[in-house]
Amino acid sequence: MAETAPRRVTADVAIVGAGPAGIAAAVRAAESGARVVVLDEAPRPGGQIWRHTTRGTLPRGARRWLERLDASGAQVLSGASVVDADGPRLLAQWRGEPLVVSAERIILATGARELFLPFPGWTLPGVVGVGGAQALLKAGMPVAGRRVVVAGSGPLLLAVAAALAGAGAHVAVVAEQAPAAAVRRFAAGLWRRPAKLWQAARYRAGVPRARHRPGVWVTRADGDTTVREVTLTDGRRTWTVPCDLLAVGYGLVPATELPRLLGCRIERGRVHVDEYQRTSEPAILCAGEPTGIAGAHAALVQGQIAACAALDRPAEATSLLAARDAWRRFAARLEATFAPRDELRTLADADTVVCRCEDVTLGRIDASWGSRAAKRYTRAGMGPCQGRICGAALQYLFDWTPDRVRVPVAPATVGTLVHAAALNTEPQDPS
Amino acid sequence: MSDVVEIHVNGRAVRVPASASLAAALLAAGESAFRRSVTGAPRAPLCGMGICYECRVTVNGVAHVRACLETVAPGMDVVTGG
Repeated sequence: MAETAPRRVTADVAIVGAGPAGIAAAVRAAESGARVVVLDEAPRPGGQIWRHTTRGTLPRGARRWLERLDASGAQVLSGASVVDADGPRLLAQWRGEPLVVSAERIILATGARELFLPFPGWTLPGVVGVGGAQALLKAGMPVAGRRVVVAGSGPLLLAVAAALAGAGAHVAVVAEQAPAAAVRRFAAGLWRRPAKLWQAARYRAGVPRARHRPGVWVTRADGDTTVREVTLTDGRRTWTVPCDLLAVGYGLVPATELPRLLGCRIERGRVHVDEYQRTSEPAILCAGEPTGIAGAHAALVQGQIAACAALDRPAEATSLLAARDAWRRFAARLEATFAPRDELRTLADADTVVCRCEDVTLGRIDASWGSRAAKRYTRAGMGPCQGRICGAALQYLFDWTPDRVRVPVAPATVGTLVHAAALNTEPQDPS
Repeated sequence: MSDVVEIHVNGRAVRVPASASLAAALLAAGESAFRRSVTGAPRAPLCGMGICYECRVTVNGVAHVRACLETVAPGMDVVTGG
């Protein structure tokens, strides 16, 4: 028989997301003696950047943070999806069962996801994200001997190309859509950040220079049951490259569903925070990529600042503020360098599927509609991914603003959803 | 470290690395159509991290399981193409 009462967890600080920002926040808060609970969708903590099956494969810095997390006393609930939130209370689904979390403070460390821009053939099996290729590779996808094209934008391209080559793939080309001059300027500025420079050098060593092509982008992919060929252009010339796997993504976009559901102010797609990572909503803090894409180092610093602020000890974060601000400047340069070019708006034709969940083609969508009308008329954004893939694409293609977030934020069983309504009406402190 | 488990994919026995995600294991087993879209097109993993829902399959009778968030387990019974 089904349980009627959901499991309950109370904590001083509840953290959503166990990537670098969430881990750093949890470690800092729990080491200060706070009761901390961390909710994370993945099978084990690490987020996307520290995704792993065995810790031995991770960089030393990542292993150290994970060990600190183990020893910190923070309660980590892996495999937990947050489906609803109200003030500092969360409804999650964990191991198929509902779970209600009540906390004094919530730190949102929900990370980022890839920006996908539709083009003819992007729904073919064998077309994956750049981060997607990395995640699948880490999860055991075999690539030895396969011909791979890596395309899109951002520093992740070279990192993933190097990882694929290291696993035995033949990387035919790395097509970076940003202009060569912009990429050069960005690389020249990396000396300010030695860690990043070292990283960049290591990645480049894995990919022959001739195969790294800035100012080049994918216009279409073709194949029967899986991708067989990719068409590239530099704006003047167009050519095709045979391949078995196309990894394509246009950088990262902040994951802001939960912050938006909680009413946090969003500015230019990012969660607005003050200098101590506090959002516009009382008791809700935010750290890492949702506040602006800046990478793992920035997230670690922000997570620690958020933890200090969540425990009402912002003074302890003072020494971290300069580092955080430096990373913010880095983030701004990253964004300017790798901004998607206008040509990418015109790749999809009328027959190109835009919403993959509902198979809505671009031709069925009117640019004047906006996200909500597109949902109503075509079901675009109404499928299981809830617009997480097509939403960002449509916002980019048509300059639309996102529709309001609906509950559940993640698909959940009816057994969990029945508790969503109660979240708003229950007494604040169930005993 | 090279532990291998046997799972069943559409009734076929397949040996896959014990540490692999189900999505990676299915790709290793040569599956390209994890699911069929609403108009019948084959779909396979896109994001690899639980966001796109393109990799959903039926696992031990439970439909709509995201293969990328699942770790393989001995005897797992997987049906694709749903």
